[in-house]
Amino acid sequence: MSTPLLEMRNISIHFGGIKAVDDVSIDVMPGEVVGLLGHNGAGKSTLIKILSGAYKKDAGEIFVDGQKVEINSPIDAREHNIETIYQTLALSDNLDAASNLFLGREITTKFGLVDDTAMEAESRKIMARLNPNFQRFSEPVRSLSGGQRQSVAIARAVYFNARILIMDEPTAALGVHETAMVADLIKELKAQGLGIFLISHDTREMMDLCDRVSVMKNGQLIGTERVEDVTEDDILSMIIMGKNPKKAA
Amino acid sequence: MSGGLGNLIKTLQIDTRLLGMIGAFIVISLVFHVATGGTFLTPRNLFTLTLQTASVAVMATGMVFVIVTRNIDLSIGSMLGIVGMLMGVIQVQILPDFLGFGNPAIWVITVVIGLFLGAAIGAFQGWLIGYLVIPSFIVTLGGLLIWRGGAWWVSKGTTISPLDPNFVMLGGASGTIGVTASWALAIVGSILTILFLINTRRKHISHDFAVKPLWAEYALGAILVAAICGITAIMNAYLVPTRILQRRFAAEGLEMPEGYTEAYGFPISVLIVLFVTIAMTVVAKKTRFGRYIFAMGGNPDAAELSGINTRMLTVKVFALMGALTAIAAVIASARLGSAGSSLGELDELRVIAAAVIGGTALAGGVGTIYGAILGALIMQALVSGMGMVGVDSPLQNMIVGGVLILAVWIDIIYRRKTGDA
Repeated sequence: MSTPLLEMRNISIHFGGIKAVDDVSIDVMPGEVVGLLGHNGAGKSTLIKILSGAYKKDAGEIFVDGQKVEINSPIDAREHNIETIYQTLALSDNLDAASNLFLGREITTKFGLVDDTAMEAESRKIMARLNPNFQRFSEPVRSLSGGQRQSVAIARAVYFNARILIMDEPTAALGVHETAMVADLIKELKAQGLGIFLISHDTREMMDLCDRVSVMKNGQLIGTERVEDVTEDDILSMIIMGKNPKKAA
Repeated sequence: MSGGLGNLIKTLQIDTRLLGMIGAFIVISLVFHVATGGTFLTPRNLFTLTLQTASVAVMATGMVFVIVTRNIDLSIGSMLGIVGMLMGVIQVQILPDFLGFGNPAIWVITVVIGLFLGAAIGAFQGWLIGYLVIPSFIVTLGGLLIWRGGAWWVSKGTTISPLDPNFVMLGGASGTIGVTASWALAIVGSILTILFLINTRRKHISHDFAVKPLWAEYALGAILVAAICGITAIMNAYLVPTRILQRRFAAEGLEMPEGYTEAYGFPISVLIVLFVTIAMTVVAKKTRFGRYIFAMGGNPDAAELSGINTRMLTVKVFALMGALTAIAAVIASARLGSAGSSLGELDELRVIAAAVIGGTALAGGVGTIYGAILGALIMQALVSGMGMVGVDSPLQNMIVGGVLILAVWIDIIYRRKTGDA
């Protein structure tokens, strides 16, 4: 079996007395989409925030291409080409699209000043690919629609040659048309060989987009299944009951 | 706004808030000009007005950054007091013993130490706020009491004077650059402004961005150059009083020629404000540091997730505020020629008011440097105008307080209308 692009092994984290993530292991192969499912508070977002460097794990190991890596900050995650689209989008509403896209990684001139013109030009290029209708480059992102804001957040993750992409509820705030666009994008990125972790509540969408799904409950991993091996009902009972009926039988 | 004028402003891409503030300043000036029987809009009064505004204006630019990051600094008046006092002690009681009275190194060393002290005090407060997570309101409220007490303690309540003669030139009418240098500066400033406009346009064209019509660029350039030359002309129109000139000639043992006149030109303190304004605008708009300040103000979590160290950023913002307060302390004490323990009292409120009148939102994330400068100018115009008309000081305070509240209310309505919350 080939080496996973990314592997999180025996990860634990607790806040006060609560074990938010308890000895969870997941992995993703190149060109694979792995779905994370579970109730609110099951620990999906917490697990993913450990990977993106927002939280520090208490125990466990992370491997990229089979090499052990330390991720202690968002900058570390970016250095390993791990990019995240947060559920909250994590945009600074008072800044324009280009400033958000390049936040923390600004293009600078030879004098070390930020080069807004160059950043806007790059933003226009990537947006032409992701969302050709997007034209409002000089306005604060606050004044954009939910879908437009989402495309800024996606552009930020995709622009910097991500190898591992984390998408936390990428379609929650979107209309039908925009949801379809995100689905197409996921398929395109998958074809390019990216490894994608996808968090969603929409089980049907997950069955359609993912290769494998990992189900969490109360901070623990219930199981990881290939989507062709399970039905939507099996997944639902894993989420609700905390066990796979087929395996239990 | 009528359609034609609205379109014109849109084409020129001028900030309507800026226009509103300039309008407010003109209205205030005209009202006082009439009320004082024609003495408000004179070169002499405008010259004095800029001198009086200088120290608050310098601090207001730093306060913009502080408020944009969702903090506040109530300690700057007291910080100005203690830094001014320490600089007074250094230049009057310590350095002359080593260097001799009037040595030109005295003012340089004094200012450098002052800047260091201001930045250090600011950084310390920023550390308490950023790393120990004590609210900035509390830290700087404590600072307000601590540094004011410290200023008194340094001098046991006495006033240090007279200050070093070279140092004094940094603050007031005794330190001006004269007519020729002022015009030279205006010409250099105009050329740089035009080059900047040309460069921006070229860059936009090279990336295929939409640009203003050419006539609009010419109009904007003309307005800016006219403003630069207009201000210079005013500064150059204020003549040095004859008796001061006579005294100067007499001191050199010369007879003053009949009909000899000399104008002041730009005061050094106003040039300091100009430099600080340009530098802070570049920092705000064109550096990563400035970009991160606004990003943090807009969404601290997002800034953190983008790898920005918001704690360290807080320390830097307060350190910068401290350094600017030290510059203000130089200007304020030099203008008075002395350092007293009440120097800078209530300045924190003037500075916060200037920043807020200038459009800085207390919710964070929004604010401009030029707005804060104009805010400071409007406040000072109001205060000195009322003084000239003979409004007594308790009533002055009441009116300034009312204007502050009114200005913020107008700002809220403006934001609601333009939709930029």
